[in-house]
Formats: sequence, structure tokens, C-alpha cells
Amino acid sequence: MLSDITLGQFYPGNSLIHRLDPRTKIIWTLLFIITVFLAEGTFSYLFLIGLVFGIIGLSHLPVGMVLRSLKPLAFIIVLTLGIHVVTGIGSDVLYKWHFITITREGIELGIKMSLRLILLLVISSILTFTTSPIVLTDGLEALLRPFKRLGVPAHELAMMMTIALRFIPTLLDETDKIIKAQTARGADFNSGNLLQKAKNMLPVLIPLFISAFRRADELAIAMEARCYRGGEGRTRMHELVYGREDYGSFAALVILIFFMAWLRWRAYLPW
Amino acid sequence: MSIKLEQVKYTYSPKTPYEQVALKGVSLEIEKGEFVALIGHTGSGKSTLIQIMNGLLTPTEGVALVNRQNLAGKGAAVKSARSQVGMVFQYPEHQLFAETVYEDIAFGPRNKGFDEDVVEHLVRQAMEFVDLDYDTYAHRSPFQLSGGQMRRVAIAGVAALDPEYLILDEPSAGLDPVSRDNIFARLLELYKKRGLAVILVTHSMEEAVRYANRLVVINGGQIVLDGRPEDIFLHHRRELLASSMDEPQVYKILAGLRSRGLQLPGSIKDGASLLAALEKAKGLTPRKTQGQKGEQAHAQ
Repeated sequence: MLSDITLGQFYPGNSLIHRLDPRTKIIWTLLFIITVFLAEGTFSYLFLIGLVFGIIGLSHLPVGMVLRSLKPLAFIIVLTLGIHVVTGIGSDVLYKWHFITITREGIELGIKMSLRLILLLVISSILTFTTSPIVLTDGLEALLRPFKRLGVPAHELAMMMTIALRFIPTLLDETDKIIKAQTARGADFNSGNLLQKAKNMLPVLIPLFISAFRRADELAIAMEARCYRGGEGRTRMHELVYGREDYGSFAALVILIFFMAWLRWRAYLPW
Repeated sequence: MSIKLEQVKYTYSPKTPYEQVALKGVSLEIEKGEFVALIGHTGSGKSTLIQIMNGLLTPTEGVALVNRQNLAGKGAAVKSARSQVGMVFQYPEHQLFAETVYEDIAFGPRNKGFDEDVVEHLVRQAMEFVDLDYDTYAHRSPFQLSGGQMRRVAIAGVAALDPEYLILDEPSAGLDPVSRDNIFARLLELYKKRGLAVILVTHSMEEAVRYANRLVVINGGQIVLDGRPEDIFLHHRRELLASSMDEPQVYKILAGLRSRGLQLPGSIKDGASLLAALEKAKGLTPRKTQGQKGEQAHAQ
């Protein structure tokens, strides 16, 4: 069904990045984020920006769409930049007025910090754009499994996430239907003050809760009827298997980390 | 006085990978006093069409008019035109929310801004129409009622708005035969008494031929057949089957009889009327049968 896939921000496709194993993409994203914090100097940043655009190109995602995912956090990025700029540290003072000190170092640090944030956001957006939520949960479960001995309920967490994700579109549909039905009876959701608006939502929320409980109950019965007892001894329909592309990506990741580390610390190297 | 759609097109999520064309240019006029059955298989565009008819969706192209008023946009005239079209969704009992049956049915009229005594009158009238005793049920919680009763409360909630046009999306889905017949009997009474237009979305050809005096078949976002149910089921079988629809069982028998040379009048609506026509044509003696009281042809 249409509503089953219009979830999160997944952008369907069949590019190299889409095909990668979710575990590869999660590890890549995490380590890339760490790598971003290794970056030092103009060249490193330009290199990382170029790399991110390269990945966007490989994933066939519209660049504008990926960049739009920065919008919700634009405020934080601007704030980071602003704070670093006006509370400048360092000696090269460009401007001083009361508590505002603008220094060259401050501006540089501000740009660096905002660039780090942007890179971090863009790379994680690429992960969620190219990986459907269900596949992503599968990947998380597989990655968390080794921690089971430490008491991490990997399977249960993944099952909860899968169920939650599965029901988001269903509940959205349901909400949409109820809103329409109550609108058809003349309900008005947009006028009045905040309290009035909250009160106006009751005719939507009550049926929604009732149906959510009913669905939860039905789902529990259906799962029990199929002998669900948690993750112990459970096999999977889609086993995650690393392919050649995944090994390639890991190799590229290792090279990237060493390259960034070298760029940062080459001055201290004895040769 | 009519609902009029002119070259209505509708696209869901345009300009995204999920883009889906639901209606490809539908023109349709439904006059007051018509009982229209709208049929079409899942995904044919029925739901989109009825939501356009009461302004819940605005056409991507084309216009939807109710009593000559365009439903697009805002304003008092648009709002009042929309409120002329009552809409009973699928499984309407899932939309009940109030503590008592009375409060739930009163929700619509109160939103229209009526005084409390008018509201009470409308609620009483609506409950009478769906055959729920006011004194017994008005102050019960709707969630304690049976499925059929809950649905009748929900239908009363729309009927209380006193619409000129009433759209029902599969009102009989998931109901037992008694509740189903009860709801249709009430609906017919309402239809005859108030002279409103009823638009019935259904998957049951039996319901379509039995109650409607006009049948609209929609397939792939377009209207493929529009006419009297008897004509369509007798003369347009091929188009009907091509749009993955079936014919009523009665018409299978009728077609079989016709092919064997027995011409029966074209106003057959169900088993009882077929039997009556057969008795007449063959000169059989009518026999009093038990348990067939409810099987009379209702519509027209």
C-alpha cells in the first residue's frame, strides 16, 4: 500500500548506496561522524564536503532534497556560528564592543563548528534517505546482537521499533480519516486559543486512542497465535549478508580514517 | 439543486516518487431525489470521488459544485455548501468519541451553531430515524452498544446535520444481515421522506440493484458506466465484468431465463420480485411462503 512506504524520509531507489547492507551504512555513518571531528584545516573540510557530495551523487538523491533536511536545524547551526563569532577567543581581535569580541580565530572556529554540524546532519540524512526504516531496524538489531550478553535486549528493542514504525502510517491514516469525518460534521480545528484548540482535538484523539488500543490488542493476539515468544531461536526471512560492495565501502572507510588522521597529525610524524 | 463535478482530476502526492493519479477527468451531476449506487473495485477512485463531493479534497483540476457553489476555498458560502453534503465514512463507529450517545449525535448540530433546544430536537429526530429509542439510549455510553447499534449512532450523527445530500461509504460492511437490512430500511425511509439525494458506495451488486435508481461504475479513475441499474445489469454485462465488477445473482438467473426464451419485465430487483414475475409469466399460483416478509422491493 502507498501509505506503507511514505514513512520517515525514505527516498526509494536502487543506487549503490541504497543497495548497501544497512549495517555497513550505520557503521559508515557513525565512523564518518567521528572522522569529521578529526578534520583540521581548510583542505580536510573541502575534502569531506566533496566526499559527501560524491556520496549524494552515488545515491541518486536530489541534492536540493538532501540539503532541505538541514532546515529544521538551521537555527542551531546559525546559533553555533553566532556564539562562536561574538565570543571570540584568541589574540587577533578584529572588533571589540562591551562583551562582544570578534576575533579571526573565533570566526574560523565558528565556521568549523557549523561545517561539522552540517556534515554530520547531511551524512545521517543520506542514511535515512537511502535506507527504509524497517531495513534500518534490521541493521540495528544485527549490530546490537553482540551486546546481548551485557543485557541489551536487541531483539525486543528492534521488534518494538519495527512495530512502532509499522503503525505510524496506519495511525496517520486513521487520524486523517477521523479528522475528515469530524470535519464533515462541522468540527473546526483551527480557531480559538490554545486551550480551545486542544479541546477541539478531543473528538479526534479519543477515537484514535481507542483504535490504537484495539489494534495493539489484536496485534498481540495475532502474534501469540503465531507462537511468538521473543527472539530466542528465531530465524529471519531476509538474512543480512555483506557483499562485495560492502567490503569495498569498509575499505574506503578505513582509507578515509587514516587519510584524515594523517592530514591532522602529519606534522608530528617523525618522517 | 445538484452536486456537479466538471472534468475533475485528482492526484495524490504530486511531484514526489509516490505520485498517484486517482481521478482522470470525471464529470458527474447528481440531482436531489436520486438514489445513486457508486461501484468500483478497490483503488478505482471511489473514495477520492466522494471526498471531493463534500469538499474534503479539492480537485487538482476541474471544479466541484454543490447547489452551484464551488467547494474550493474558504468562506461562509463554501462552508454552508459543504454542510449540505453529509458523509458517512466506512466503519463510522470508529469515529465515536463522546461520553453519551446524545453528546455524540449533538456534535454536528452544535458545530453548526444551533440553540440547545434545536439540537435536542435534531438529536431526537436522528435517533428516531435510525430506530434507537431516545429514552433508552440517549444517555448511555456509545462504547457499550453493539456494533450495529454503534453504527446507527454514527449514522444518526450525520443525519442530525439534516443534509440535502447523503454519502455513505459501505454502510453495511461487517454487519450482520438483520442490522444491515435495518440500516437500509431506515435509509430508504429517510430518502423518501426528505427527498434528499443518497450516494451509496458499495461492493454489493445486490444492494445496488435493490436500492438505487441510478448506478455509476468507476474504474481506473474514470466513469465507465452510468445509468439505471436494471439496464446496466441487463445490457452492459461485458463492460461491467471488464471493470472487475460482478452482476447480481438475480440477474444471472434472469439472463439464463432470457436465453431460454422467457422474457421477464426489466424491473427485477431481488429474489422476491423475480419470483413474483415468474409466477405472473408462468401462471403459477402464488403461495404464502414463510419468513419472506422483508424481501420486498423497496426502491422507486
